[in-house]
Amino acid sequence: MRILVSWALGLVFGLGLVVSGMVNPEKVRNFLDIAGAWDPSLLLVLGSAVIVTLVGYRLTSALLERPLLGDAFHFPTRREITPRLVVGALIFGVGWGLGGLCPAPAESALLVGPVEIWVFLVAMLVGMWFVEHGLPRLVRWEHHHELHH
Amino acid sequence: MPVIVHPTAFTPGSAVLGGVLMGLSVTFTMLLLGRIAGISGITAGALPPWRKPGDIAWRFAFILGLATAPFLVLWAEGGLPERHFEGSLGWFALAGLLIGIGSRLANGCTSGHGIAGLARLSPRSFVAVAMFLVGGTGTVFLVRHVWGG
Repeated sequence: MRILVSWALGLVFGLGLVVSGMVNPEKVRNFLDIAGAWDPSLLLVLGSAVIVTLVGYRLTSALLERPLLGDAFHFPTRREITPRLVVGALIFGVGWGLGGLCPAPAESALLVGPVEIWVFLVAMLVGMWFVEHGLPRLVRWEHHHELHH
Repeated sequence: MPVIVHPTAFTPGSAVLGGVLMGLSVTFTMLLLGRIAGISGITAGALPPWRKPGDIAWRFAFILGLATAPFLVLWAEGGLPERHFEGSLGWFALAGLLIGIGSRLANGCTSGHGIAGLARLSPRSFVAVAMFLVGGTGTVFLVRHVWGG
């Protein structure tokens, strides 16, 4: 049941990405191109998603003690702004500007390609794996914190 | 180098519709599973070594759901929306690597910080999203207007 529900949740998220055109890297890069061919669509995608989630999270917390198919609400609790957060988000931003892709749109194209998607995804997984499992062996980073998102 | 620009139209209607779908997915991922629908976190948790065996399958199911979305659109509409992938394979490999590293250092991406985090009014997510935008707009500006002249 949990597996089928997870699949359906991913499907709805993916439909949102396809319908809004966010699966087109050029539409994302045009959003980031404020000095050029600016396309503000992404702002409305993000804005409407945030508003729905803001209301949805509050209703969920108010109405339920715990999730219908899970043990507890795993809301992140950290609040501190760390150099790791700032530097990581900047690196992410540079990658986002280069490719016009972030993890969700890239994964939604996993089975349809084109080859640029597969190259991007393999490199992304290598990068993730390096930070999660390679980097902690090289430096004693703040890795004891639970990874939430 | 991806300096060829394909202009995209501002599409407010489909942007809001897509954003609402994504917001519903993020909301119900918490309501049903108790999880943050952050795609980079879901993906990173699916990478080996699998230390929590009961916490893996739903991640693959969610990603498969994402990847199913284009087929539903293909079936309903008879085609996929326009997509342009400007840049060499090496370019997309670099973008993917930076996205992978950055999302794990920042503990979240455009979904985990951008949608779920902003909806929780998380200070970390506001900083992360600001840095995504600084990195993204700065990179596109350099590539298109300085480098691409």
